[in-house]
Amino acid sequence: MSDHAADMTSDHAVDIDKHVRIYISVFVALMILTVITVAISYLDLSVPVAVTVALVVATIKGSLVACYFMHLISEKKLIYWVLAVTVAFFIALMALPVITHSNGYWIA
Amino acid sequence: MDIPYTVEVRRDTGLTNGKIGIWLFLASEVMLFGALFASYILIRVGAPSWPRGDTLLDVPMATLNTIVLIASSVTMVMAWASLMRRRFGAFRMYMGGTILLGLVFLVVKYFEYSHHIHLGELPRTNNFLAVYYTLTGLHGLHVFGGMMVNAYFWGPGSKLWKTNPVWFTNRVEHSGLFWHFVDLVWIFLFPTLYLL
Repeated sequence: MSDHAADMTSDHAVDIDKHVRIYISVFVALMILTVITVAISYLDLSVPVAVTVALVVATIKGSLVACYFMHLISEKKLIYWVLAVTVAFFIALMALPVITHSNGYWIA
Repeated sequence: MDIPYTVEVRRDTGLTNGKIGIWLFLASEVMLFGALFASYILIRVGAPSWPRGDTLLDVPMATLNTIVLIASSVTMVMAWASLMRRRFGAFRMYMGGTILLGLVFLVVKYFEYSHHIHLGELPRTNNFLAVYYTLTGLHGLHVFGGMMVNAYFWGPGSKLWKTNPVWFTNRVEHSGLFWHFVDLVWIFLFPTLYLL
């Protein structure tokens, strides 16, 4: 889909019509997941479980946005490489608080 | 001198320069918000106690803003799809809708902020509020920035459609990628700040 704009033929217009239907479906899915996100917060879950569930739902929502609205599901290989490097650094960044905070004590 | 590879793709990358450029920019944005999220985790796990977001923040307002921002992502992608279908009128309508929804998001945020400020709940009050204002403030600035770019393409920038429709469509796609990223960040901010 990355070269859509570079090739606006009639065949492509048909392809776009198909994608528009997908956008609507994704929108409905995101609305349902938003309701689920709020509903879960009313359950009496422990903090670790609540955090895990909330992040799982947010990741599903984020993936839908990235894959369909940002067209990542059919992107060029170079974009995937850029994102793979970004994800690696992002995980390292998120791991910092975890590895420096073990068993409730800060590691000096 | 013309900007190279705005319409035709480069053989080595298989992409237009604008496309690779916006993705590299978004990669840097991931690290920007990532650093703030990591700081949030550090502050939170290191605190002796931490309040649940819903005890201090307005969840219905934030839920409304979540719906508004997701809807704006749909209108944004529809604006781009309209250009692909060569329907400029529909593009103007959807892009206008995206800008308006962005404005609604910021107005709701204004009411949220003014409520807290009225109660004397400022960034200096406690770490929770400092994190809340920093993350939502930076995100709000991104919404504002995205609105400015979208307003340019809705207004004066749309002249390009008459002379080079493919380039204009590409530019709208890149603007859309930024807008969807802003939506994506909010999808994570909403539960982590307001619900947990």
